[in-house]
Amino acid sequence: MAEFINFYLFPGLVLGSIYALGAIGITMTFGILRFANFAHGETMTLGVYIAWTLVQLTGFKSMLAILLVLMPISMMLTIMVVLLIDKAFYKPLRASPVIILVIASFGLMLMIRSVTQFSWGVQLKTILPGIQPRMQLLDFFSFPLKHVFIVGGALLLMYAVHYVLTYTKIGKAMRAMSDSPELARLTGINTEKVVMATWVMGAGLACAAGVFLAVDTQVDTMMGFKILLPMFAAAILGGVGKPYGAMAGGVVIGVAEELSSYHWIGDGPLLDPGYKQGIAFAIMIAILVWRPTGLFKGKSF
Amino acid sequence: MRVLELDSVVGGYGDTQILHGVSMHVDAGEIVVIIGPNGAGKSTAMKAVFGLLKLTEGAVLLDGQAITNTPPEQVVRHGVCYVPQTGNIFPSLTVEENLEMGAFVRTDDFKPRLNEIYQMFPPLLEKRQQPAGTLSGGQRQMVAMGKALMLEPKILLLDEPTAGLSPKFRGEIFETVKKINSAGTPILMVEQNAKQALGIADRGYVLVDGKNRFEGTGQDLLDDREVAEMFLGGGKQSEEPPAKPSKPAAKKQPRKSGKT
Ligand SMILES: Nc1ncnc2c1ncn2[C@@H]1O[C@H](COP(=O)(O)OP(=O)(O)O)[C@@H](O)[C@H]1O
Ligand SMILES: [Mg+2]
Repeated sequence: MAEFINFYLFPGLVLGSIYALGAIGITMTFGILRFANFAHGETMTLGVYIAWTLVQLTGFKSMLAILLVLMPISMMLTIMVVLLIDKAFYKPLRASPVIILVIASFGLMLMIRSVTQFSWGVQLKTILPGIQPRMQLLDFFSFPLKHVFIVGGALLLMYAVHYVLTYTKIGKAMRAMSDSPELARLTGINTEKVVMATWVMGAGLACAAGVFLAVDTQVDTMMGFKILLPMFAAAILGGVGKPYGAMAGGVVIGVAEELSSYHWIGDGPLLDPGYKQGIAFAIMIAILVWRPTGLFKGKSF
Repeated sequence: MRVLELDSVVGGYGDTQILHGVSMHVDAGEIVVIIGPNGAGKSTAMKAVFGLLKLTEGAVLLDGQAITNTPPEQVVRHGVCYVPQTGNIFPSLTVEENLEMGAFVRTDDFKPRLNEIYQMFPPLLEKRQQPAGTLSGGQRQMVAMGKALMLEPKILLLDEPTAGLSPKFRGEIFETVKKINSAGTPILMVEQNAKQALGIADRGYVLVDGKNRFEGTGQDLLDDREVAEMFLGGGKQSEEPPAKPSKPAAKKQPRKSGKT
Protein backbone atom coordinates (compact mmCIF):
# COMPACT_ATOMS: atom_id res chain seq x y z
CA MET A 1 0.00 0.00 0.00
CA ALA A 2 2.70 2.44 1.01
CA GLU A 3 4.62 1.45 -2.08
CA PHE A 4 1.55 2.07 -4.22
CA ILE A 5 1.09 5.54 -2.78
CA ASN A 6 4.76 6.50 -2.66
CA PHE A 7 5.76 5.32 -6.08
CA TYR A 8 2.61 5.38 -8.17
CA LEU A 9 -0.25 7.44 -6.81
CA PHE A 10 1.68 10.43 -5.52
CA PRO A 11 3.98 10.72 -8.55
CA GLY A 12 0.79 10.48 -10.60
CA LEU A 13 -0.60 13.46 -8.72
CA VAL A 14 2.61 15.38 -9.31
CA LEU A 15 2.49 14.73 -13.02
CA GLY A 16 -1.24 15.36 -13.03
CA SER A 17 -0.82 18.77 -11.39
CA ILE A 18 1.64 19.74 -14.07
CA TYR A 19 -0.68 18.58 -16.85
CA ALA A 20 -3.57 20.35 -15.17
CA LEU A 21 -1.78 23.71 -15.09
CA GLY A 22 -0.84 23.38 -18.74
CA ALA A 23 -4.27 22.19 -19.79
CA ILE A 24 -6.01 25.21 -18.27
CA GLY A 25 -4.26 27.47 -20.78
CA ILE A 26 -5.09 25.18 -23.67
CA THR A 27 -8.73 24.93 -22.76
CA MET A 28 -9.11 28.68 -22.13
CA THR A 29 -7.43 29.56 -25.41
CA PHE A 30 -9.76 27.16 -27.15
CA GLY A 31 -12.81 28.51 -25.35
CA ILE A 32 -12.07 32.17 -25.85
CA LEU A 33 -9.88 32.48 -28.92
CA ARG A 34 -11.45 29.40 -30.49
CA PHE A 35 -8.33 27.58 -31.57
CA ALA A 36 -6.14 24.71 -30.47
CA ASN A 37 -2.87 26.33 -29.53
CA PHE A 38 -0.04 24.07 -30.62
CA ALA A 39 2.53 26.54 -29.36
CA HIS A 40 1.43 26.07 -25.76
CA GLY A 41 4.11 23.47 -25.05
CA GLU A 42 6.73 25.82 -26.41
CA THR A 43 5.47 28.62 -24.19
CA MET A 44 6.13 26.26 -21.35
CA THR A 45 9.64 25.47 -22.57
CA LEU A 46 10.39 29.14 -23.02
CA GLY A 47 9.25 29.83 -19.46
CA VAL A 48 11.58 27.12 -18.21
CA TYR A 49 14.57 28.58 -20.05
CA ILE A 50 13.79 32.01 -18.71
CA ALA A 51 13.71 30.53 -15.21
CA TRP A 52 16.92 28.59 -15.84
CA THR A 53 18.64 31.77 -16.96
CA LEU A 54 17.48 33.59 -13.84
CA VAL A 55 18.82 30.74 -11.72
CA GLN A 56 22.21 31.10 -13.41
CA LEU A 57 22.19 34.87 -13.01
CA THR A 58 21.21 34.86 -9.36
CA GLY A 59 23.00 31.70 -8.34
CA PHE A 60 20.01 30.63 -6.26
CA LYS A 61 20.25 26.99 -5.21
CA SER A 62 17.37 26.60 -2.83
CA MET A 63 14.15 25.20 -4.12
CA LEU A 64 12.09 27.67 -2.14
CA ALA A 65 13.95 30.65 -3.55
CA ILE A 66 13.54 29.30 -7.04
CA LEU A 67 9.84 28.59 -6.67
CA LEU A 68 8.89 31.65 -4.66
CA VAL A 69 11.09 34.30 -6.21
CA LEU A 70 12.35 33.25 -9.62
CA MET A 71 9.27 31.42 -10.78
CA PRO A 72 6.92 34.42 -10.43
CA ILE A 73 9.46 36.60 -12.26
CA SER A 74 9.73 34.01 -15.02
CA MET A 75 5.98 33.84 -15.24
CA MET A 76 5.79 37.58 -15.73
CA LEU A 77 8.48 37.56 -18.40
CA THR A 78 6.81 34.66 -20.20
CA ILE A 79 3.51 36.53 -20.10
CA MET A 80 5.17 39.57 -21.64
CA VAL A 81 6.64 37.52 -24.47
CA VAL A 82 3.30 35.85 -25.14
CA LEU A 83 1.46 39.18 -25.17
CA LEU A 84 3.95 40.45 -27.73
CA ILE A 85 3.46 37.30 -29.79
CA ASP A 86 -0.30 37.84 -29.65
CA LYS A 87 0.09 41.40 -30.84
CA ALA A 88 2.42 40.48 -33.66
CA PHE A 89 0.93 37.21 -34.88
CA TYR A 90 -2.54 36.43 -33.59
CA LYS A 91 -4.13 39.84 -33.45
CA PRO A 92 -3.98 40.44 -37.20
CA LEU A 93 -5.64 37.03 -37.60
CA ARG A 94 -8.37 37.55 -35.02
CA ALA A 95 -11.19 37.40 -37.56
CA SER A 96 -9.63 34.60 -39.60
CA PRO A 97 -11.03 31.10 -39.83
CA VAL A 98 -9.97 28.78 -37.04
CA ILE A 99 -7.77 26.65 -39.25
CA ILE A 100 -5.60 29.66 -40.04
CA LEU A 101 -5.08 30.29 -36.34
CA VAL A 102 -4.22 26.66 -35.69
CA ILE A 103 -1.66 26.72 -38.47
CA ALA A 104 -0.26 30.00 -37.17
CA SER A 105 0.15 28.45 -33.74
CA PHE A 106 1.88 25.47 -35.34
CA GLY A 107 4.27 27.83 -37.05
CA LEU A 108 4.88 29.66 -33.80
CA MET A 109 5.57 26.38 -32.09
CA LEU A 110 8.41 25.73 -34.53
CA MET A 111 9.65 29.30 -34.33
CA ILE A 112 9.74 29.46 -30.54
CA ARG A 113 11.44 26.08 -30.37
CA SER A 114 14.09 27.14 -32.85
CA VAL A 115 14.74 30.35 -30.99
CA THR A 116 15.03 28.44 -27.74
CA GLN A 117 17.38 25.88 -29.20
CA PHE A 118 19.43 28.55 -30.89
CA SER A 119 19.73 30.72 -27.80
CA TRP A 120 20.28 28.10 -25.15
CA GLY A 121 21.54 25.04 -27.02
CA VAL A 122 20.02 21.59 -27.05
CA GLN A 123 22.00 19.87 -24.29
CA LEU A 124 20.12 18.90 -21.14
CA LYS A 125 20.37 21.23 -18.17
CA THR A 126 19.20 21.12 -14.59
CA ILE A 127 17.44 23.86 -12.75
CA LEU A 128 17.73 22.37 -9.28
CA PRO A 129 21.01 20.48 -8.89
CA GLY A 130 21.96 18.07 -6.11
CA ILE A 131 20.11 15.47 -4.13
CA GLN A 132 16.81 16.66 -2.80
CA PRO A 133 15.48 15.93 0.68
CA ARG A 134 12.50 13.69 1.23
CA MET A 135 9.56 14.13 3.47
CA GLN A 136 8.66 11.28 5.79
CA LEU A 137 5.10 10.81 6.98
CA LEU A 138 3.95 8.21 9.55
CA ASP A 139 6.82 5.82 8.80
CA PHE A 140 5.16 4.56 5.64
CA PHE A 141 4.95 7.49 3.35
CA SER A 142 7.95 9.19 1.95
CA PHE A 143 7.83 11.80 -0.76
CA PRO A 144 10.54 13.93 -2.30
CA LEU A 145 10.05 17.37 -0.79
CA LYS A 146 10.01 18.92 -4.25
CA HIS A 147 6.95 16.86 -5.11
CA VAL A 148 5.15 18.24 -2.12
CA PHE A 149 6.00 21.76 -3.27
CA ILE A 150 4.89 21.04 -6.81
CA VAL A 151 1.51 19.69 -5.76
CA GLY A 152 1.08 22.47 -3.22
CA GLY A 153 2.10 25.16 -5.69
CA ALA A 154 -0.21 23.77 -8.35
CA LEU A 155 -3.13 23.71 -5.93
CA LEU A 156 -2.44 27.28 -4.97
CA LEU A 157 -2.34 28.39 -8.61
CA MET A 158 -5.51 26.48 -9.40
CA TYR A 159 -7.20 28.21 -6.50
CA ALA A 160 -6.03 31.52 -7.94
CA VAL A 161 -7.59 30.59 -11.28
CA HIS A 162 -10.81 29.68 -9.52
CA TYR A 163 -10.76 32.97 -7.66
CA VAL A 164 -10.23 35.05 -10.78
CA LEU A 165 -12.91 33.22 -12.75
CA THR A 166 -15.48 33.37 -9.98
CA TYR A 167 -14.99 36.68 -8.27
CA THR A 168 -13.45 39.18 -10.67
CA LYS A 169 -15.15 41.08 -13.44
CA ILE A 170 -12.55 40.11 -16.01
CA GLY A 171 -12.75 36.45 -14.95
CA LYS A 172 -16.51 36.41 -15.36
CA ALA A 173 -16.12 38.10 -18.72
CA MET A 174 -13.68 35.33 -19.71
CA ARG A 175 -16.28 32.70 -18.91
CA ALA A 176 -18.94 34.72 -20.69
CA MET A 177 -16.84 34.99 -23.82
CA SER A 178 -16.08 31.30 -23.66
CA ASP A 179 -19.83 30.67 -23.57
CA SER A 180 -20.55 32.93 -26.52
CA PRO A 181 -18.11 35.36 -28.14
CA GLU A 182 -20.89 36.84 -30.24
CA LEU A 183 -23.08 37.68 -27.27
CA ALA A 184 -20.04 38.97 -25.37
CA ARG A 185 -19.54 41.47 -28.14
CA LEU A 186 -23.20 42.49 -28.20
CA THR A 187 -23.06 42.93 -24.45
CA GLY A 188 -20.22 45.42 -24.79
CA ILE A 189 -17.65 43.21 -23.10
CA ASN A 190 -14.20 44.40 -24.02
CA THR A 191 -13.21 41.29 -25.92
CA GLU A 192 -9.62 42.39 -26.57
CA LYS A 193 -9.09 42.75 -22.85
CA VAL A 194 -10.54 39.31 -22.29
CA VAL A 195 -8.22 37.87 -24.91
CA MET A 196 -5.26 39.47 -23.16
CA ALA A 197 -6.38 38.11 -19.80
CA THR A 198 -6.57 34.68 -21.38
CA TRP A 199 -3.01 34.90 -22.61
CA VAL A 200 -1.85 36.16 -19.24
CA MET A 201 -3.49 33.24 -17.48
CA GLY A 202 -2.39 30.64 -20.02
CA ALA A 203 1.20 31.82 -20.30
CA GLY A 204 1.67 32.28 -16.57
CA LEU A 205 0.39 28.81 -15.80
CA ALA A 206 2.36 27.27 -18.66
CA CYS A 207 5.55 28.76 -17.27
CA ALA A 208 4.72 27.48 -13.78
CA ALA A 209 3.93 24.01 -15.10
CA GLY A 210 7.20 24.01 -17.02
CA VAL A 211 9.25 25.10 -14.02
CA PHE A 212 7.60 22.40 -11.88
CA LEU A 213 8.42 19.82 -14.52
CA ALA A 214 11.98 21.11 -14.76
CA VAL A 215 12.40 20.98 -10.99
CA ASP A 216 11.14 17.41 -11.06
CA THR A 217 13.15 16.29 -14.07
CA GLN A 218 15.41 18.25 -16.35
CA VAL A 219 15.53 21.19 -18.68
CA ASP A 220 15.18 20.16 -22.28
CA THR A 221 14.14 22.09 -25.38
CA MET A 222 11.57 19.42 -26.23
CA MET A 223 10.04 19.18 -22.78
CA GLY A 224 6.98 21.30 -23.56
CA PHE A 225 6.29 19.55 -26.81
CA LYS A 226 6.57 16.16 -25.13
CA ILE A 227 3.75 16.95 -22.77
CA LEU A 228 1.59 18.77 -25.31
CA LEU A 229 -0.35 15.62 -26.08
CA PRO A 230 -1.21 14.78 -22.45
CA MET A 231 -2.20 18.42 -21.93
CA PHE A 232 -4.53 18.31 -24.94
CA ALA A 233 -5.86 14.99 -23.69
CA ALA A 234 -6.54 16.59 -20.31
CA ALA A 235 -8.35 19.52 -21.90
CA ILE A 236 -10.48 17.23 -24.04
CA LEU A 237 -11.18 14.83 -21.19
CA GLY A 238 -12.34 17.71 -19.03
CA GLY A 239 -14.45 19.28 -21.74
CA VAL A 240 -12.95 21.86 -24.05
CA GLY A 241 -13.40 25.40 -22.73
CA LYS A 242 -13.91 24.20 -19.16
CA PRO A 243 -11.06 25.22 -16.83
CA TYR A 244 -12.21 22.99 -13.97
CA GLY A 245 -12.49 20.16 -16.43
CA ALA A 246 -8.91 20.75 -17.50
CA MET A 247 -7.78 20.56 -13.89
CA ALA A 248 -9.64 17.30 -13.31
CA GLY A 249 -8.57 15.94 -16.69
CA GLY A 250 -4.93 16.72 -15.98
CA VAL A 251 -4.96 14.92 -12.67
CA VAL A 252 -6.80 11.90 -14.11
CA ILE A 253 -4.35 11.56 -16.97
CA GLY A 254 -1.29 12.03 -14.79
CA VAL A 255 -2.48 9.44 -12.30
CA ALA A 256 -3.58 7.04 -15.05
CA GLU A 257 -0.17 7.23 -16.67
CA GLU A 258 1.62 6.38 -13.45
CA LEU A 259 -0.80 3.71 -12.34
CA SER A 260 -0.57 1.97 -15.69
CA SER A 261 2.80 0.56 -14.76
CA TYR A 262 1.75 -0.67 -11.31
CA HIS A 263 1.86 -4.45 -10.92
CA TRP A 264 -1.89 -4.83 -10.77
CA ILE A 265 -1.75 -8.42 -11.96
CA GLY A 266 1.17 -10.66 -11.05
CA ASP A 267 4.64 -9.28 -10.44
CA GLY A 268 5.43 -7.26 -13.51
CA PRO A 269 4.07 -3.83 -14.36
CA LEU A 270 0.69 -3.93 -16.04
CA LEU A 271 2.00 -1.83 -18.86
CA ASP A 272 5.65 -1.34 -19.64
CA PRO A 273 6.56 2.19 -18.44
CA GLY A 274 7.79 2.87 -21.95
CA TYR A 275 4.18 2.92 -23.10
CA LYS A 276 3.07 5.38 -20.43
CA GLN A 277 2.69 8.14 -22.95
CA GLY A 278 0.22 6.07 -24.92
CA ILE A 279 -2.23 6.29 -22.04
CA ALA A 280 -3.01 9.94 -22.62
CA PHE A 281 -3.49 9.26 -26.30
CA ALA A 282 -5.78 6.32 -25.63
CA ILE A 283 -7.88 8.34 -23.20
CA MET A 284 -8.10 11.21 -25.67
CA ILE A 285 -9.28 8.99 -28.50
CA ALA A 286 -11.78 7.21 -26.27
CA ILE A 287 -13.26 10.50 -25.11
CA LEU A 288 -13.44 11.91 -28.62
CA VAL A 289 -15.28 8.81 -29.78
CA TRP A 290 -17.66 8.28 -26.89
CA ARG A 291 -18.13 11.62 -25.23
CA PRO A 292 -16.67 14.43 -27.31
CA THR A 293 -17.89 17.10 -24.90
CA GLY A 294 -15.76 15.62 -22.11
CA LEU A 295 -16.56 15.25 -18.44
CA PHE A 296 -17.70 18.83 -17.95
CA LYS A 297 -19.79 19.21 -21.11
CA GLY A 298 -17.43 21.40 -23.05
CA LYS A 299 -17.58 22.34 -26.70
CA SER A 300 -17.15 19.54 -29.21
CA PHE A 301 -14.83 19.87 -32.14
CA MET B 1 -38.85 62.79 -30.15
CA ARG B 2 -37.25 60.35 -32.54
CA VAL B 3 -35.02 57.90 -30.68
CA LEU B 4 -34.05 55.51 -33.43
CA GLU B 5 -34.41 55.74 -37.16
CA LEU B 6 -33.49 53.49 -40.06
CA ASP B 7 -33.45 55.54 -43.22
CA SER B 8 -33.66 53.51 -46.47
CA VAL B 9 -31.18 50.98 -45.21
CA VAL B 10 -29.58 48.63 -47.76
CA GLY B 11 -27.30 45.77 -46.81
CA GLY B 12 -26.84 42.07 -46.23
CA TYR B 13 -24.38 39.31 -45.57
CA GLY B 14 -21.35 39.17 -47.83
CA ASP B 15 -22.61 39.62 -51.36
CA THR B 16 -26.18 38.66 -50.57
CA GLN B 17 -28.31 41.73 -50.21
CA ILE B 18 -31.14 41.16 -47.75
CA LEU B 19 -32.44 44.63 -46.92
CA HIS B 20 -33.45 46.58 -49.99
CA GLY B 21 -34.19 49.98 -48.51
CA VAL B 22 -35.88 49.51 -45.16
CA SER B 23 -37.10 52.56 -43.26
CA MET B 24 -38.54 52.64 -39.80
CA HIS B 25 -38.38 54.67 -36.66
CA VAL B 26 -39.12 54.55 -32.96
CA ASP B 27 -40.18 57.62 -31.03
CA ALA B 28 -39.73 58.20 -27.33
CA GLY B 29 -42.07 56.09 -25.25
CA GLU B 30 -43.19 53.85 -28.10
CA ILE B 31 -43.45 50.13 -28.57
CA VAL B 32 -42.88 49.40 -32.23
CA VAL B 33 -43.37 45.91 -33.63
CA ILE B 34 -41.94 44.44 -36.80
CA ILE B 35 -43.80 41.52 -38.32
CA GLY B 36 -43.37 39.65 -41.55
CA PRO B 37 -42.85 36.18 -42.98
CA ASN B 38 -39.84 34.05 -42.11
CA GLY B 39 -36.77 35.19 -43.93
CA ALA B 40 -38.20 38.64 -44.61
CA GLY B 41 -35.18 40.27 -43.01
CA LYS B 42 -36.67 41.26 -39.66
CA SER B 43 -33.73 39.99 -37.65
CA THR B 44 -31.40 41.40 -40.25
CA ALA B 45 -32.96 44.83 -39.79
CA MET B 46 -32.20 44.66 -36.08
CA LYS B 47 -28.67 43.50 -36.73
CA ALA B 48 -28.32 46.48 -39.06
CA VAL B 49 -28.96 48.82 -36.14
CA PHE B 50 -26.42 46.96 -34.10
CA GLY B 51 -23.59 47.10 -36.60
CA LEU B 52 -23.69 43.38 -37.25
CA LEU B 53 -23.86 43.70 -41.00
CA LYS B 54 -22.40 46.07 -43.48
CA LEU B 55 -24.83 48.66 -44.74
CA THR B 56 -24.07 49.88 -48.23
CA GLU B 57 -26.71 52.58 -48.36
CA GLY B 58 -28.94 54.47 -45.99
CA ALA B 59 -28.36 55.49 -42.42
CA VAL B 60 -29.09 54.47 -38.86
CA LEU B 61 -29.73 57.42 -36.57
CA LEU B 62 -29.77 57.38 -32.80
CA ASP B 63 -31.13 60.58 -31.29
CA GLY B 64 -30.54 62.13 -34.69
CA GLN B 65 -26.87 61.18 -34.76
CA ALA B 66 -25.66 58.75 -37.43
CA ILE B 67 -24.43 55.47 -36.00
CA THR B 68 -24.42 53.65 -39.34
CA ASN B 69 -22.01 50.70 -39.37
CA THR B 70 -20.82 51.35 -35.82
CA PRO B 71 -19.48 48.08 -34.36
CA PRO B 72 -21.74 46.43 -31.76
CA GLU B 73 -19.48 47.03 -28.76
CA GLN B 74 -19.76 50.77 -29.52
CA VAL B 75 -23.48 50.71 -30.21
CA VAL B 76 -23.97 49.33 -26.69
CA ARG B 77 -21.97 52.19 -25.30
CA HIS B 78 -24.32 54.59 -27.07
CA GLY B 79 -27.16 53.13 -25.02
CA VAL B 80 -28.80 50.67 -27.40
CA CYS B 81 -29.37 47.18 -26.03
CA TYR B 82 -30.23 44.21 -28.17
CA VAL B 83 -31.62 40.83 -27.20
CA PRO B 84 -31.02 38.51 -30.15
CA GLN B 85 -33.45 35.80 -31.12
CA THR B 86 -31.19 32.94 -30.02
CA GLY B 87 -28.09 32.64 -27.89
CA ASN B 88 -29.08 35.64 -25.80
CA ILE B 89 -27.78 34.44 -22.44
CA PHE B 90 -24.49 33.05 -21.18
CA PRO B 91 -25.69 29.57 -20.20
CA SER B 92 -22.85 28.57 -17.88
CA LEU B 93 -22.90 31.85 -15.96
CA THR B 94 -25.31 32.21 -13.09
CA VAL B 95 -28.35 34.42 -13.47
CA GLU B 96 -26.67 37.11 -11.42
CA GLU B 97 -23.45 36.90 -13.40
CA ASN B 98 -25.47 37.30 -16.59
CA LEU B 99 -26.97 40.47 -15.21
CA GLU B 100 -23.56 41.68 -14.08
CA MET B 101 -22.21 41.14 -17.57
CA GLY B 102 -25.11 43.20 -18.85
CA ALA B 103 -23.66 46.02 -16.79
CA PHE B 104 -20.15 45.43 -18.13
CA VAL B 105 -19.80 48.86 -19.69
CA ARG B 106 -21.09 50.64 -16.60
CA THR B 107 -18.46 52.21 -14.43
CA ASP B 108 -20.77 53.28 -11.63
CA ASP B 109 -22.36 51.09 -8.97
CA PHE B 110 -24.93 48.90 -10.67
CA LYS B 111 -26.25 47.24 -7.49
CA PRO B 112 -29.37 49.46 -7.26
CA ARG B 113 -30.19 48.62 -10.85
CA LEU B 114 -29.69 44.93 -10.10
CA ASN B 115 -32.30 45.15 -7.38
CA GLU B 116 -34.71 46.91 -9.73
CA ILE B 117 -34.28 44.11 -12.23
CA TYR B 118 -35.01 41.52 -9.57
CA GLN B 119 -38.15 43.44 -8.67
CA MET B 120 -39.18 43.43 -12.30
CA PHE B 121 -38.47 39.69 -12.65
CA PRO B 122 -39.09 38.11 -9.24
CA PRO B 123 -38.39 34.53 -10.38
CA LEU B 124 -34.82 35.54 -11.17
CA LEU B 125 -34.13 36.56 -7.59
CA GLU B 126 -34.79 33.02 -6.38
CA LYS B 127 -32.61 31.54 -9.07
CA ARG B 128 -29.84 34.07 -9.03
CA GLN B 129 -27.12 31.57 -8.17
CA GLN B 130 -28.21 29.02 -10.77
CA PRO B 131 -26.54 28.69 -14.15
CA ALA B 132 -28.81 30.55 -16.55
CA GLY B 133 -28.72 27.60 -18.95
CA THR B 134 -30.68 25.48 -16.48
CA LEU B 135 -33.68 27.83 -16.44
CA SER B 136 -36.94 27.37 -18.34
CA GLY B 137 -37.41 29.12 -21.67
CA GLY B 138 -39.52 31.89 -20.20
CA GLN B 139 -37.07 32.57 -17.42
CA ARG B 140 -34.13 32.57 -19.80
CA GLN B 141 -35.92 35.22 -21.77
CA MET B 142 -36.26 37.20 -18.54
CA VAL B 143 -32.53 36.85 -17.95
CA ALA B 144 -31.85 38.04 -21.47
CA MET B 145 -34.09 41.08 -21.07
CA GLY B 146 -32.87 41.81 -17.57
CA LYS B 147 -29.30 41.62 -18.78
CA ALA B 148 -30.07 44.13 -21.54
CA LEU B 149 -31.86 46.43 -19.11
CA MET B 150 -28.90 46.59 -16.72
CA LEU B 151 -27.59 49.45 -18.84
CA GLU B 152 -30.81 51.44 -18.60
CA PRO B 153 -30.71 51.74 -22.37
CA LYS B 154 -32.11 54.54 -24.49
CA ILE B 155 -33.87 51.90 -26.53
CA LEU B 156 -34.31 48.15 -26.28
CA LEU B 157 -34.33 45.87 -29.32
CA LEU B 158 -36.03 42.51 -28.85
CA ASP B 159 -35.93 39.80 -31.49
CA GLU B 160 -38.83 37.38 -31.09
CA PRO B 161 -38.85 37.34 -27.31
CA THR B 162 -41.72 34.87 -27.19
CA ALA B 163 -40.40 32.39 -29.75
CA GLY B 164 -40.87 28.85 -28.52
CA LEU B 165 -42.70 29.83 -25.34
CA SER B 166 -46.00 28.42 -24.15
CA PRO B 167 -49.01 30.77 -24.41
CA LYS B 168 -48.88 31.44 -20.68
CA PHE B 169 -45.26 32.57 -20.77
CA ARG B 170 -45.91 34.47 -23.97
CA GLY B 171 -48.51 36.53 -22.17
CA GLU B 172 -46.10 37.16 -19.32
CA ILE B 173 -43.39 38.34 -21.69
CA PHE B 174 -45.77 40.75 -23.41
CA GLU B 175 -46.81 42.06 -20.02
CA THR B 176 -43.18 42.53 -19.13
CA VAL B 177 -42.52 44.36 -22.36
CA LYS B 178 -45.36 46.71 -21.54
CA LYS B 179 -43.96 47.20 -18.05
CA ILE B 180 -40.48 47.96 -19.32
CA ASN B 181 -41.96 50.40 -21.77
CA SER B 182 -44.11 52.18 -19.24
CA ALA B 183 -41.00 52.63 -17.11
CA GLY B 184 -39.75 54.80 -19.95
CA THR B 185 -37.79 52.59 -22.33
CA PRO B 186 -38.84 52.66 -25.98
CA ILE B 187 -38.91 49.22 -27.57
CA LEU B 188 -38.44 47.90 -31.07
CA MET B 189 -39.54 44.30 -31.24
CA VAL B 190 -39.72 41.61 -33.89
CA GLU B 191 -42.57 39.18 -33.30
CA GLN B 192 -44.11 36.10 -34.87
CA ASN B 193 -47.13 36.22 -32.60
CA ALA B 194 -48.28 39.19 -34.58
CA LYS B 195 -51.72 39.59 -33.11
CA GLN B 196 -50.66 39.76 -29.50
CA ALA B 197 -47.66 41.89 -30.34
CA LEU B 198 -49.63 44.41 -32.36
CA GLY B 199 -52.09 44.48 -29.50
CA ILE B 200 -49.51 46.10 -27.24
CA ALA B 201 -47.76 48.08 -29.96
CA ASP B 202 -48.09 51.76 -30.65
CA ARG B 203 -47.06 51.21 -34.22
CA GLY B 204 -46.02 48.34 -36.43
CA TYR B 205 -44.18 47.63 -39.63
CA VAL B 206 -44.71 44.72 -41.98
CA LEU B 207 -41.54 43.67 -43.70
CA VAL B 208 -41.61 41.45 -46.78
CA ASP B 209 -38.60 40.45 -48.85
CA GLY B 210 -36.38 43.02 -47.23
CA LYS B 211 -38.74 45.93 -47.97
CA ASN B 212 -41.38 47.83 -46.05
CA ARG B 213 -44.79 46.53 -47.03
CA PHE B 214 -47.23 48.10 -44.60
CA GLU B 215 -46.98 50.36 -41.64
CA GLY B 216 -49.36 51.94 -39.23
CA THR B 217 -50.60 51.95 -35.68
CA GLY B 218 -50.98 48.57 -34.04
CA GLN B 219 -54.73 48.83 -34.44
CA ASP B 220 -54.52 49.84 -38.12
CA LEU B 221 -52.50 46.78 -38.90
CA LEU B 222 -54.73 44.53 -36.88
CA ASP B 223 -57.70 45.86 -38.83
CA ASP B 224 -56.08 45.74 -42.24
CA ARG B 225 -57.49 42.89 -44.27
CA GLU B 226 -54.42 42.22 -46.32
CA VAL B 227 -52.21 42.15 -43.25
CA ALA B 228 -54.69 39.93 -41.51
CA GLU B 229 -54.68 37.47 -44.35
CA MET B 230 -50.95 37.35 -44.52
CA PHE B 231 -49.89 37.35 -40.91
CA LEU B 232 -52.61 37.22 -38.39
CA GLY B 233 -53.52 33.61 -38.98
CA GLY B 234 -51.75 33.16 -35.72
CA GLY B 235 -49.11 30.88 -37.03
CA LYS B 236 -45.63 30.18 -38.04
CA GLN B 237 -46.73 28.99 -41.50
CA SER B 238 -48.18 32.36 -42.35
CA GLU B 239 -45.72 32.53 -45.22
CA GLU B 240 -47.80 30.68 -47.79
CA PRO B 241 -51.50 30.81 -47.01
CA PRO B 242 -52.69 29.82 -50.49
CA ALA B 243 -51.03 26.42 -50.27
CA LYS B 244 -53.31 25.26 -47.46
CA PRO B 245 -56.66 26.90 -47.98
CA SER B 246 -58.43 25.50 -44.94
CA LYS B 247 -55.92 26.81 -42.42
CA PRO B 248 -56.47 29.31 -39.60
CA ALA B 249 -56.02 32.32 -41.83
CA ALA B 250 -59.21 31.42 -43.60
CA LYS B 251 -61.06 30.78 -40.38
CA LYS B 252 -60.27 34.15 -38.89
CA GLN B 253 -61.00 35.97 -42.08
CA PRO B 254 -64.67 36.76 -41.61
CA ARG B 255 -64.06 38.65 -38.38
CA LYS B 256 -61.28 40.69 -39.88
CA SER B 257 -62.99 41.39 -43.15
CA GLY B 258 -66.11 42.48 -41.34
CA LYS B 259 -64.18 45.31 -39.78
CA THR B 260 -62.43 46.45 -42.91
N1 LIG C 1 -25.64 35.26 -41.02
C1 LIG C 1 -26.25 35.16 -42.21
N2 LIG C 1 -25.53 34.95 -43.32
C2 LIG C 1 -26.13 34.85 -44.53
N3 LIG C 1 -27.45 34.93 -44.72
C3 LIG C 1 -28.23 35.14 -43.66
C4 LIG C 1 -27.67 35.25 -42.34
N4 LIG C 1 -28.68 35.45 -41.47
C5 LIG C 1 -29.81 35.44 -42.20
N5 LIG C 1 -29.54 35.27 -43.51
C6 LIG C 1 -30.53 35.26 -44.59
O1 LIG C 1 -31.15 36.52 -44.62
C7 LIG C 1 -32.52 36.40 -44.88
C8 LIG C 1 -33.30 37.13 -43.82
O2 LIG C 1 -33.08 36.52 -42.57
P1 LIG C 1 -33.65 37.07 -41.22
O3 LIG C 1 -33.38 38.51 -41.13
O4 LIG C 1 -33.12 36.20 -40.14
O5 LIG C 1 -35.19 36.80 -41.41
P2 LIG C 1 -36.37 36.93 -40.37
O6 LIG C 1 -37.29 37.94 -40.96
O7 LIG C 1 -37.01 35.58 -40.31
O8 LIG C 1 -35.80 37.34 -39.06
C9 LIG C 1 -32.83 34.91 -44.95
O9 LIG C 1 -32.91 34.56 -46.31
C10 LIG C 1 -31.65 34.27 -44.32
O10 LIG C 1 -31.38 33.03 -44.92
MG1 LIG D 1 -35.62 36.35 -37.25
